[in-house]
Amino acid sequence: MAIVAHSSRAGRISRTTLAWLVALLFFFPIFWMVLTSFKTDADAVKPEFLFFFTPTLENYTNMTENYDYWRFATNSVITSVFATAFTLFVGIPAAYAMAFNPSRHTKDVLMWMLSTKMLPAAAVLYPMTFLTKNFLGIFDTHFLLILVLSLINLPIAIWMLFTYFKEIPKEIIEAAQMDGVTTWGEVKEILIPLAWGGIASTALLIFIFCWNEAYWTVRLTTTDAATLSKLIEGNRAPEGLFFGRLSAVSAAAVGPIIVLGWFCQKQLVQGLTFGAVK
Amino acid sequence: MGRIQLKNVTKTFGETQVIPPLDLTIEDGEFAVFVGPSGCGKSTLLRMIAGLEDCTSGDILIDDAVVTEVPPSKRGLAMVFQTYALYPHMTVRKNIAFPMRMAGISEAEQNTKIEAAAKALNLTDYLDRKPGQLSGGQRQRVAIGRAIVRDPTAFLFDEPLSNLDAALRVGMRLEISEMHNRLQTTMIYVTHDQVEAMTMADKIVVLRAGNIEQVGSPLELYRNPRNMFVAGFIGSPKMNFIEGEEASKHGAATLGVRPEHIEVSGTDGVWTGTVGVAEHLGSDTFFHIHGTGLADTLTVRAPGEIELHHGDTIHLTPREDRIHKFGADGLRL
Repeated sequence: MAIVAHSSRAGRISRTTLAWLVALLFFFPIFWMVLTSFKTDADAVKPEFLFFFTPTLENYTNMTENYDYWRFATNSVITSVFATAFTLFVGIPAAYAMAFNPSRHTKDVLMWMLSTKMLPAAAVLYPMTFLTKNFLGIFDTHFLLILVLSLINLPIAIWMLFTYFKEIPKEIIEAAQMDGVTTWGEVKEILIPLAWGGIASTALLIFIFCWNEAYWTVRLTTTDAATLSKLIEGNRAPEGLFFGRLSAVSAAAVGPIIVLGWFCQKQLVQGLTFGAVK
Repeated sequence: MGRIQLKNVTKTFGETQVIPPLDLTIEDGEFAVFVGPSGCGKSTLLRMIAGLEDCTSGDILIDDAVVTEVPPSKRGLAMVFQTYALYPHMTVRKNIAFPMRMAGISEAEQNTKIEAAAKALNLTDYLDRKPGQLSGGQRQRVAIGRAIVRDPTAFLFDEPLSNLDAALRVGMRLEISEMHNRLQTTMIYVTHDQVEAMTMADKIVVLRAGNIEQVGSPLELYRNPRNMFVAGFIGSPKMNFIEGEEASKHGAATLGVRPEHIEVSGTDGVWTGTVGVAEHLGSDTFFHIHGTGLADTLTVRAPGEIELHHGDTIHLTPREDRIHKFGADGLRL
């Protein structure tokens, strides 16, 4: 007995140590980025100043005064909020229909939706830029970004919502139908309150995806609708990388989403493991 | 009013026909029970009446109006589900109020009806609890309360008692019967339990593989089953079936004798066998008898306390006027 207890404690300690090491490994780039953002561009590339240096807010003041940080941040908020809202607006009814009124082809439709994620984005880059710039005239607008961000996230959102909705017993929806509820009433009175946790974590995840999206936001904007991803990209100066400046911009771009994720972590974890353990 | 008619109704799932063409009328105020083994299509039929399943063909009429294409919410029917199907995020009060709120009934009237229903169903103390905090029996009462307050044209019950324990089931059975006597509203009740069917129904509809085997009052079915399936399904313990020489003597392929229609004696009788198991209940004694040469086991229900035990020789006399005769096709002769 004693041996068993001893070895399990040793195992626990080594597992904990391993977990910490992995966590630190993942955390280190963020930590390094935040540290660098308080260094001058000259200090940033010198290894001897890795941990010990004279901190400065120069990069941050520079960013807000000369690079119009708040405009980019506002664009990020606008596109992420509206894209998330639009994704849910389309995704909830779609997932609802497939979860509660499935047809023989529901599985195929779901697979088809997922298959759109398999198409490399670069494959449609040229037609997208060409069409939006020359034909539709919506290049570099909030509208375009909201549309694109919604559409690329819709498959994931529908899959997640579908999984949550499947957990709701069908009889509850049927009971509501017998009780004289309209289709909109079913969604409003029954579905949304019962799947609230799932909807919230889907929204959160989609919001994070929209906020972090770089491929399209960088390529489909120039100035008017440019988001924080574009701001980071824009600081890759041709004459070399200004690590201090770049780190400040990056830290200010990921900051809000890290704060949001921190406050909602319970919701996120609960949402992502929903249905895994009954 | 609540007269429900099914005219030539069918239901097909893919290639499988679960309900072959079927006609049935349930009169206003009647308590009709659909009974049959699992998979016989009784729940599907109920859900078709509710509108939760489409009819593949045929028509459903409520009070002579065709409702086949009308959605469930517009049929004016209330349904009680096996799983209760309460709204878990709402209190008992809100659950009961829900159909009235959807119908746009004033809050004052809602409250009056909730109080009345809660009183009738012993739920007054639980109105502010959520369904998760209630026992199975209480949840089923809430489901019934939610159905009552709507004053529906008819109540549909889909095996409402099968999730309850035996004692509670008997109590709820009585409550539902009393509710029917009080409201005199049409009720359609689905069960696989023939005891529920016999005790509650005005009219029993026996189903097998989507076909109606027989429709009639409980005692009609008990006395004059149309075929061996109904004979075996209605009545507890099950009817004894005897084939071979004894049946031929009566000019039938199979004889059916109910356990309660066989007289028992320790000394003389028409048939003789050995007691396998004797169940002494006090009010009745059930004997499972072997070695009669008629069937593997004969079941006999004798009234009162009879001192015969395992291994004893037993003599049996069937009541001639209660012997059922069936032909080779299983139909009553």
